Amino acid sequence: MSRISRILPNWLGIYAVAFMLFLYAPVVLLPLFAFNSSTIIAFPLTGYTTEWFTVLWETEALHSAVRNSLFVGITTAVLSTLLGACAARAMARYRFPVKRGIVGLVMLPLVLPEIIVGVALLVVLVQLGVPLSLWTVIGGHVLICIPFAIAILNSAFASLDQSLEEASFDLGESRWGTFRRIILPLVMPGVISSLLITFTISLDEFIIAFFLTGTDVTLPVYIWSQLRFPAKLPSIMALGTIMLALSVLLLITAEWFRRRAARRQGLDVQAPGGFVG
Amino acid sequence: MTMDTTTTPRSIIELKDVRKSYGKVTALHGIDATIREGEFFSLLGPSGCGKTTLLRLIAGFDEPTSGSIEIDGKPMAGISANRRPTNMVFQSYAIFPHLSVAENVGYGLVPKRMPKAEIAAEVDKALRMVDLSGYGDRGAHELSGGQRQRVALARALVMRPKVVLLDEPLSALDKKLREQMQVELRALQQSIGITFILVTHDQEEAMIMSDRIAVMFDGHIAQLDSPQALYRHPVSERVASFIGVMNFLPATAKAAGEGELALDIAALGAVTLPVAAVPEGISPAKVTKIGVRPEMLTVLFDDSDHAERVTEGVVVSTSYYGDMTYYSIVLDGAEKPVTISMRNTAGRAVAPVGARLRIGWGAESIVLFS
Repeated sequence: MSRISRILPNWLGIYAVAFMLFLYAPVVLLPLFAFNSSTIIAFPLTGYTTEWFTVLWETEALHSAVRNSLFVGITTAVLSTLLGACAARAMARYRFPVKRGIVGLVMLPLVLPEIIVGVALLVVLVQLGVPLSLWTVIGGHVLICIPFAIAILNSAFASLDQSLEEASFDLGESRWGTFRRIILPLVMPGVISSLLITFTISLDEFIIAFFLTGTDVTLPVYIWSQLRFPAKLPSIMALGTIMLALSVLLLITAEWFRRRAARRQGLDVQAPGGFVG
Repeated sequence: MTMDTTTTPRSIIELKDVRKSYGKVTALHGIDATIREGEFFSLLGPSGCGKTTLLRLIAGFDEPTSGSIEIDGKPMAGISANRRPTNMVFQSYAIFPHLSVAENVGYGLVPKRMPKAEIAAEVDKALRMVDLSGYGDRGAHELSGGQRQRVALARALVMRPKVVLLDEPLSALDKKLREQMQVELRALQQSIGITFILVTHDQEEAMIMSDRIAVMFDGHIAQLDSPQALYRHPVSERVASFIGVMNFLPATAKAAGEGELALDIAALGAVTLPVAAVPEGISPAKVTKIGVRPEMLTVLFDDSDHAERVTEGVVVSTSYYGDMTYYSIVLDGAEKPVTISMRNTAGRAVAPVGARLRIGWGAESIVLFS
């Protein structure tokens, strides 16, 4: 036994704890101050209250921001999952020229800085004379969500044994019937997982929404606008707490669906391809 | 070579000059064959010989590049797999993982708009046929390999196809189970009388199960015959060595009298055969090689044993199989050893390596090759 190996686990432990603190302490502060009775975001805590949640309930502008965000999120989730499914299917089933290059281009928004995407889209839209609205936000969100949808759906489509489709077809079922009775049920968990994750991404996204939105704001943009008023900070904390809880819930649900899909097809549940776990 | 002394059965599949190319690669070079109604027909060959391609063309998963396929008298061009009277048992079985056994078996009856009660009755009947009664509610993942194979078969049979297509259905099973399934599958086919077409690379499997076998090499049918005819009268060296074991010995054709062919065979000596024994497609003067099966050569252990012709050789190795012993013996005047199989008897030990043995053979057991 060398000295390094005796010391190392210790250091690794400290590093791990520090890392987790750095990662999650701010997140923990969010609910902490959301239930704190003081309007000033600072320690020490002064008392427990649900007042800030009540304030949220009564703010009309917030409600319309939530409605906008839900509309953008759901539309984005449906569109990007639909397009992602087509791409994943093509990647799994067909060989075509420069496939790798095309796949790379489709996945590129994953690594492009959102501010670049946002500014670029804004310039193009303005040049084309397209009025900014929630639909332009949806366009931007679909662009950045498609790579995620593809990544999730690709594992669902790639693990689909082609002979299952042939067997269905051979047993007298039509193309549509085969899709409805075989392909769809088998990739459904992946589809739901993709819907949930793209919805979550769209719901949280700020930069593109900020650049591309017109008069209707989405929730993150609304929150940003409220940060200028210190008195409203605690209610933003409360809102953040709700969104955090919802996001975690959605991600867990999405991962649960992905694992169920893998189990159904008799695959290794621990195999990579998910975003959580 | 095969002879039907009884009535000739109706043909169910006619393949006429079926060709298939993928770009520059030609998978099938003009296949002509007739498959008879109710027979167990095998496409046998090494991997890449085109047997699976041919099966998929019959199933309708692919269209031939040229030539025609007729099933039950109807040309199949432009008719897709879901409208052909064929059903396939896939190599992977392709059991639908999200459906129960009963739902798998009844899958193809649903698009036929059959009432539910009728589907259930048909599924029960099919499951009984493959010996899986009572398994209907099981999930696909709860089945063993052999059971999955039976489900796949039941799923095809429930459709009452004119032809059942089997794509190496037994290759995923272990040896014992495979042998059992070979017998069962053959018995089932004979009892229901539906035409089965089996694709396999296992010559033993093809021999055990088939009425007729098409041996395929490089996209051609090298020989289409009954198992017995393939074994006894292979048309080429390649077919002969693919089906069972064959000893080859060089031979020279000598001029001979009317209707007779005189041969000088290395290590075995001179022999005169009727010209009728020369297979079609070989001119008697061009015979350069003979073949003889291991069981057609006999070790004459006792001095009192006698045979039509006798030669001698030295044992170089032995393989003991329990019921049989395979001797590798270098015959006098030969370079390479021949294989001789002998049934073991209670009173006789396996001859040791180095032993000198008398070998008996008969002229009618030899096969001629050009």
